Amino acid sequence: MSGGLAAATLRVSTPLVFAAIGGLLSERAGVINIALEGMMLIGAFGAAAGALATHSPWLGAFIGSGCGILLAAVYALFAIQFRANQIVAGMAINLLALGITPFLCKLFYDVTGSTPALGLDQRFQVAPFYACWMLVGLVFLWTKYSRGALRLSFAGEHPEALESAGVRVNRIRWVAVLASGALAGLGGATLSICLASSFSRNMTAGRGFMALAALIFGKWKPLPAAGACLLFGFAEAVQIRLQGVTVWNGKAVPVEMVQVLPYLVTMLVLAGFVGRARPPAALGKHHG
Amino acid sequence: MTRRLLQSVSAATAGLVLGLAVTAIAGENPWHVLKVLCHGAFGTRADVGMTLFYATPLIFTGLSVALAFHAGLFNIGAEGQLTVGALAAAAVGTLWPECPWPLAPVVATAAALLAGMIWGAIPGWLRARRGSHEVINTIMLNFIAAGLSSYVTLNLLKNPDSQNPETAAIGAHYRIARLGFFEPAPVSLALPLALVAAAVVWIFLRRTSLGFELRAVGSSELAARAAGIDSGRTRLVGLTMAGGLAGLVGVAEVLGNAGTFRVDFSPGYGFTGIAVALLARNNPIAVIPAALLFAALHKGTADLDMETEHVTREVSLVLQALIILCVSAERLWTWKRVRTLASVMEDIPEPLTGGRI
Repeated sequence: MSGGLAAATLRVSTPLVFAAIGGLLSERAGVINIALEGMMLIGAFGAAAGALATHSPWLGAFIGSGCGILLAAVYALFAIQFRANQIVAGMAINLLALGITPFLCKLFYDVTGSTPALGLDQRFQVAPFYACWMLVGLVFLWTKYSRGALRLSFAGEHPEALESAGVRVNRIRWVAVLASGALAGLGGATLSICLASSFSRNMTAGRGFMALAALIFGKWKPLPAAGACLLFGFAEAVQIRLQGVTVWNGKAVPVEMVQVLPYLVTMLVLAGFVGRARPPAALGKHHG
Repeated sequence: MTRRLLQSVSAATAGLVLGLAVTAIAGENPWHVLKVLCHGAFGTRADVGMTLFYATPLIFTGLSVALAFHAGLFNIGAEGQLTVGALAAAAVGTLWPECPWPLAPVVATAAALLAGMIWGAIPGWLRARRGSHEVINTIMLNFIAAGLSSYVTLNLLKNPDSQNPETAAIGAHYRIARLGFFEPAPVSLALPLALVAAAVVWIFLRRTSLGFELRAVGSSELAARAAGIDSGRTRLVGLTMAGGLAGLVGVAEVLGNAGTFRVDFSPGYGFTGIAVALLARNNPIAVIPAALLFAALHKGTADLDMETEHVTREVSLVLQALIILCVSAERLWTWKRVRTLASVMEDIPEPLTGGRI
């Protein structure tokens, strides 16, 4: 029972970890990423469609990631280049992904809502679970020891200083947003070609927002953010496990209450009741 | 004023043209798609009625988002606020079915308003006193509202006669009158209520001192503080009122339409409200035509599944997204003008980007 719960926690937190690390790159560079949700969703679709077409989960994940990058490019174009409010543009990107994926499903497969089921050979069994924790380790080391990560942080904390050192801030922000699209796309790919066996309409169901919440809960640092994803994944796993279980004189456990716990905790953390979270100083501010 | 109107109209047109271009790529005749859209939204009297029915909640949520914008706050939480508002209206109607007529709808309306206000006050208080950004908090509260409402519906107020996740029917006295002209479309007295709400918000923002303080905090927190305005309190008031406006969607849905709270009744009214407010440039009166446009899109695209080969009703979301992007792309509209401080500062209030997110 408990071993099963641990495994389930690892499984359901994997998409969150990918997306949260993606969000970390973009928010550290000073670009708010509400659009993670949409990038995950388009990634989930791209991966399922890619795996169906190529019969390879690896190529599927690659294509899903590419779709995430494409959508991230649209986001960056508006949020960085056209100086749109980042929250507004992010919400629009989410709507775009929500609307365009069923449309593409209809176009490619002539069904509304979901792709055909994937065969076992077209799906991942365990690869994403290893990959995501390797990614966390890599990003952790990178943020700690590399010059690139220092530039990334400066783009988010003090862009003027970086610009005066001769570095193009907006170029760094572009790269960071595209990378976040790639990773969020991989998170979505994990959903559709590993945890499930097809893409279905709005299958991310708020996981992008949850990844964002984990990122804040983890104070914009890779290891704590990944830990927060595990915690949120645990809540989801418990909730799945408790469905239909009865305690207290035959009454069902209120799974909805377990379900909302991560959101409550995030609000408490953000309000400083449980630790303090400080965002990058220039988060959401346009440059140049 | 005229420049902004021009921007909104051209943004909406650009979004529509882009959206139709997408359908053309999919192999549809865009002219045919446009005809289906217009026919679905305005073809018959009942179609017009359905468009007005969808427009009613969008006016409330559009006003909610616009009012918060004026205070420099981003209310992504209208979806959660309208959920608790509708749930409260249904709860009152279920738990006190014998309430007499003139009182019943008033009590239920007050309940919807109050519940929405509470759901708005929480992020308002957190922003004012704890400094945490309302965007994340309102998103979190949307999820919490969804969980809470499905728990209450399934465990406490379940309709025993129905397989659907909905509450027991409200007492008959709670129902508000429908405008018979649009039958069978459920256009109710909630529509004139929404129009009145738009006028009230306009008067509040332009003619009352609290409304002035709200706009002052929204345009420059520093200046407002220097003028002795308590920006924290003003923000709290702003989000509370915004929550109340969104909560009134419960009147249209529960008292005017379903007679019960149905889990997931809203096709994203709260999020479309953001698009409505943006297109209306936060002008409460302009919210009305903007809501009508998005309602017409929602109603019109419903027929696309049947009437076309490749296009689905979700195209309305794509159109919404493209319109929002076109409206919000500041630099698209300041293409040739010299970027003065004023041109950067206008439209989207500065404190939106401050605070914690």
